[in-house]
Amino acid sequence: MQDYSLLWLIPFFPLVGSIINGLFGKKIRNEALIGTIGTAAIGASFVVSCTYFFKLLGDAEKIHETTIFGAMGSGTWMNVGQLQIDWGFLLDPLSALMIMVVTGVGSLIHLYSIGYMHGEEGFYRFFSYLNLFCFSMLMLVLGNNAMVMFIGWEGVGLCSYLLIGYYFEKKSAGDAAKKAFVVNRVGDFGFLIGLFLLFWSLGQKGVRTIRFTEIAANAHLLENGGTIVTIVTLCFFLGATGKSAQIPLYTWLPDAMEGPTPVSALIHAATMVTAGVYMIGRMNGLFAMAPDTMMVIAIVGAATAIFAASIGLAQNDIKRVLAYSTVSQLGYMFLAMGVGAFTAGIFHLMTHAFFKACLFLGSGSVIHGMHHAYHHAHLHDDPQDMRNMGGLRKKMPITFITFLVSTIAIAGIPGFSGFFSKDEILWWSFGSTRGGWILWVVGAIAAGMTAFYMFRLVFMTFFGEQKTDPRAKDHIPESGLTITIPLMVLGALAVIGGYIGVPAILGGANHIHHFLEPVFGQAQKLHAIEAHGSHATEYGLMGISVGIAVIGIFGAWFMYVKNPEMPKQLVAKFKWLHTAIFNKWFVDELYDAMFVNATKRAGRICWKGFDLPIIDGIVNGVGWLVRGFSAALRYTQSGQIHSYAMAMVIGAVIIVAAYVL
Amino acid sequence: MSEHLLSLITFFPLLGMIVLLFIPRDNDGVLKGLTLVFTLITFFISLPLAFNDVFKTSAAMQYKEFVPWISIGDYFQMNYHVGIDGISLWLVMLTTFIMPIAVLSTWQSVTKNVKGFMALLLLLETGMLGAFISLDLFLFYFYWELMLIPMYFLIGIWGGAKRIYSAIKFFIYTAVGSLLMLVAIIFVYYYALQSGMPFEQGFSVLHFYDLNIPAETQTWLFLAFAFSFAIKVPMFPVHTWLPDAHTDAPTAGSVILAAILLKMGTYGYVRFAMPLFPDALQMFLPYLALLAVIGIIYGALVAMVQEDVKRLVAYSSVSHLGFVMLGIFALNIQGMAGGMIQMINHGISTGALFLIVGFIYERRHTRQIADFGGLAKRMPVFATIFLIVTFSSIGLPGTNGFVGELLIMVGAFESELRWFTVFAATGVIFAAVYMLWMFQRVMFGECKNPANQDLQDLTVREIVLMLPLLVFIFWIGIFPNVFFDKMNPSLENLIDQIKGKQQVAVVEQVNLPARNQD
Amino acid sequence: MITVNHYLVVSAILFSLGTFGVLTRRNAIVIFMCIELMLNAVNLTFIALSNHLGNMDGQVFVFFVMTVAAAEAAVGLALMISFFRNRESIEVDDISLLKW
Repeated sequence: MQDYSLLWLIPFFPLVGSIINGLFGKKIRNEALIGTIGTAAIGASFVVSCTYFFKLLGDAEKIHETTIFGAMGSGTWMNVGQLQIDWGFLLDPLSALMIMVVTGVGSLIHLYSIGYMHGEEGFYRFFSYLNLFCFSMLMLVLGNNAMVMFIGWEGVGLCSYLLIGYYFEKKSAGDAAKKAFVVNRVGDFGFLIGLFLLFWSLGQKGVRTIRFTEIAANAHLLENGGTIVTIVTLCFFLGATGKSAQIPLYTWLPDAMEGPTPVSALIHAATMVTAGVYMIGRMNGLFAMAPDTMMVIAIVGAATAIFAASIGLAQNDIKRVLAYSTVSQLGYMFLAMGVGAFTAGIFHLMTHAFFKACLFLGSGSVIHGMHHAYHHAHLHDDPQDMRNMGGLRKKMPITFITFLVSTIAIAGIPGFSGFFSKDEILWWSFGSTRGGWILWVVGAIAAGMTAFYMFRLVFMTFFGEQKTDPRAKDHIPESGLTITIPLMVLGALAVIGGYIGVPAILGGANHIHHFLEPVFGQAQKLHAIEAHGSHATEYGLMGISVGIAVIGIFGAWFMYVKNPEMPKQLVAKFKWLHTAIFNKWFVDELYDAMFVNATKRAGRICWKGFDLPIIDGIVNGVGWLVRGFSAALRYTQSGQIHSYAMAMVIGAVIIVAAYVL
Repeated sequence: MSEHLLSLITFFPLLGMIVLLFIPRDNDGVLKGLTLVFTLITFFISLPLAFNDVFKTSAAMQYKEFVPWISIGDYFQMNYHVGIDGISLWLVMLTTFIMPIAVLSTWQSVTKNVKGFMALLLLLETGMLGAFISLDLFLFYFYWELMLIPMYFLIGIWGGAKRIYSAIKFFIYTAVGSLLMLVAIIFVYYYALQSGMPFEQGFSVLHFYDLNIPAETQTWLFLAFAFSFAIKVPMFPVHTWLPDAHTDAPTAGSVILAAILLKMGTYGYVRFAMPLFPDALQMFLPYLALLAVIGIIYGALVAMVQEDVKRLVAYSSVSHLGFVMLGIFALNIQGMAGGMIQMINHGISTGALFLIVGFIYERRHTRQIADFGGLAKRMPVFATIFLIVTFSSIGLPGTNGFVGELLIMVGAFESELRWFTVFAATGVIFAAVYMLWMFQRVMFGECKNPANQDLQDLTVREIVLMLPLLVFIFWIGIFPNVFFDKMNPSLENLIDQIKGKQQVAVVEQVNLPARNQD
Repeated sequence: MITVNHYLVVSAILFSLGTFGVLTRRNAIVIFMCIELMLNAVNLTFIALSNHLGNMDGQVFVFFVMTVAAAEAAVGLALMISFFRNRESIEVDDISLLKW
């Protein structure tokens, strides 16, 4: 039994970094120092994470719980009646993998930000938020109970809000930030209801807990596949759709690109948006008990994958393409979770973190360069519009190579990380006891679209002739070292990251599968979730999906390099289709009409239609009634002393007369 | 000393008021300084209450004092009978804590008749503290009415544009409710005398708890109490005095109104209406809970479309207090504890929001959201504090608001109010909508309005008065157990008492025919 | 022989005169004097009946009434002086600020 009691240090370092930069950053002023503090804080977490990760690798016991004060049972957050919530942490293979990804990618992105955010007015603010985000994310993955997870869950939402709204003077940034938080709140609503229902229904069986290990151990008390489990898991899944941008709550993520690019890379690609996938993985025992929910998850995941990919086909903003790509890839992860391929989902989460972070950072490098050039030429063109780029591969060689490598990885070309993880998901969606061939077809088509739009992006940006304004085109520099080093590291990871999960039929040992076995194995065995099929089928499917990806790449090359006029002709031919895709299928407009405006109207009706006229009307009406009545009586008060005296005398006479008579 | 501690705390502000009356009226600085000193000393002498560990183990009333006060022959007896338990403890602490902050907030905003303002503030503090510690129902009523008068003048004299209308509305709304309550109090008293309660105990609520009032009688008495307290809370649909009163009250008045006066209503439910009439409570519980949930959603919806920041915050109070009521009506420890802590939270967060509105009002003399925009750039410190308070009000985990809302919803979900909880939880979404939308319109965007161009950031005084509130926002969010530990014994006792009596009533009804046969 | 009835008749006449004066006059001092007249009419009744019934209670009451009347005169005249200072008149119609 080894000592894991210092787990709290992992989230603690970024918190300290955040507080230091937040409170004193303005006084420090020195960008290098601020950046160092921020990067060192998350770097320290990375070091601690590594220590614990390797400790866990060598430990026979794979699941460790601890609290902020070490021993279980101490470090209470709240203790009311039978509800006991500790500041507790859980280290198992799943969370160990996650902290590695979060702190590792996080450190690189911090480093990148020093260069990228150079000269920004709110430099210290940015690093404070970024550290705070890492703290929240680490709380989310390390929490040993649903409430600590929820702190992180909402905490990352807060940081996402702050960072999307970083350029708060832009109205669109403020709108996007608010939208992200509110849409996430809708998901959180689901999370909370699910949690209450779970706590209550387990409580009925005599177990009052919100600790994940105890939930997993006692989940069998609930009816397998019963209504309660299904509703609980559906509620949790609603939470996941909010955080991980799935249908129907995905609309905030593309808008979230208003934030600085490192934020998009860290929060809206590599870490926060995968929280929903992680949460389902964390509660896999519960989800495995609800086949109906799993089916919903698989369908939603597949639908999101293809739907978002279709929107990505026609976007011209480099970051928006990547954003829809993220939504689509997240759909893959949910598809994996839904068909019971938990390991594959987490595997894809990890590889996606590498290549998508690299893609975003690469796009940031491009934007940085374009911005620099426009600034130099005193132009105000949009530095994110791909139609103004082209031919950048000579100007920015490092950015280009890392970007290309990552694009190949996401397209699913064999040998690169994305291939292994995506292929395992597709295989499970075909062969799993909870899968089906339709899911595979949808997934494969989405994979083809992914290959197409990603290479479209690469061709439009880095190949062809340079379409940048002539005044600016010669001033596009390659970015500095703080930017290119993270790119190179992530690019390398995007290539080799997949080799920890090489499937058996390709002669691999599938390390990640064995590593995560203690977390997922039990539920998969218990509910007989497995992928079966002959090797021939597996090879065949693999071949087909690679073929589709190659077709996608070829299509992109054909349309954007070989015949650059072709896209315009196609657009002209399928005008309505392009309009629909380009406008994101009008979902935002639909939501605005259905929810946003309806709520506002309801508020106005309540206020101007009920509060003021009816309730206050009654209140003021009573007042007016009393006043009217008094006004009538007022005429008896003439103010003339004689009339009062006369009334007195008459009254006295009447009383005396009544008495005498 | 300690046996008279409660009286000392209660009457120290009154002493301050008397001292103030001897200060010549144009020494504004001296008057304000003295008031601050008196409220601060009151806070410090109340601190031993918070550090007393007896509340962790005992549900009984502590620091009791009992002095016969008014007696009229054999007809009427009332006593000065006070004491606190874990329920009133934190409300007393909240009162003594908020008052110095409220006084400090007046430093620049109140210039008209400072002497009167300060004297009324001190009188108000005595009234509020007295109401929280009264164990004699008549004494409670006395303090209840005593609070009303200073608040009426604070709004009516130092208020905004429609101050007279608002002050009268506030007064009449509350007075209507409290008269009904007075009748019910007198009824309970004579009922108690008839059923053999010792005459010298007066209106002691501790003795009233043991009464077995027939269910039909309870109905009317409960309705009278519930109506009176519902106005004060305020629950939907008797909430319309609140936006007006808040909008027109001076900042300090709004802060006190939101932070403490509203808690009188919820406290009244917990201390009086619910334990005194458990059978009637059982009968009306679903309807009251329904009103609470309507209040949550309705308050949020109306808050969303407000154009005046202060009015928005006022309507958000309706929503938050709906949560408190829902938690209390859950009648289990999680809900009750959540409701109690949410009272404190609302006091801190909404108090802070009113202070914040006061800051910008002092600078710009407007509260219309449309007049602002882009303030974050001009006032970074203000923006940070505003942001923290906003998220505390939204109920972000790690801040106080979350702890309260979470426990309330857990508790309500455990009780029979399960479905109400699902609807109440949507309030969590709406809270984010109206607060963030307001925050965006006030703080974000470009600073276009020329009047906002050279706004000054917060002064040291303003930061100092916000700091304690910020500390508690995080303290309650991260270490709420400090508060729960001392609250739980009393709450558990209260719940047992209510539920126990409800069961006794059922048993008695079953046994009734048997007894008649004898 | 002057019986108690004679006293009572005189007293009634005095009281009626006083009442009439209060109702008709506008000058505050005259009204005031008329009130005094009414009081004294009552005093007369008290003394007459006291003498008639051989009971001293009535006489005691008269002293009370006289004391009160004296106090009333002091306060009333003071009020009128301050009123005259403000309005330069002591007509009661000029004080009728309470009317609608």
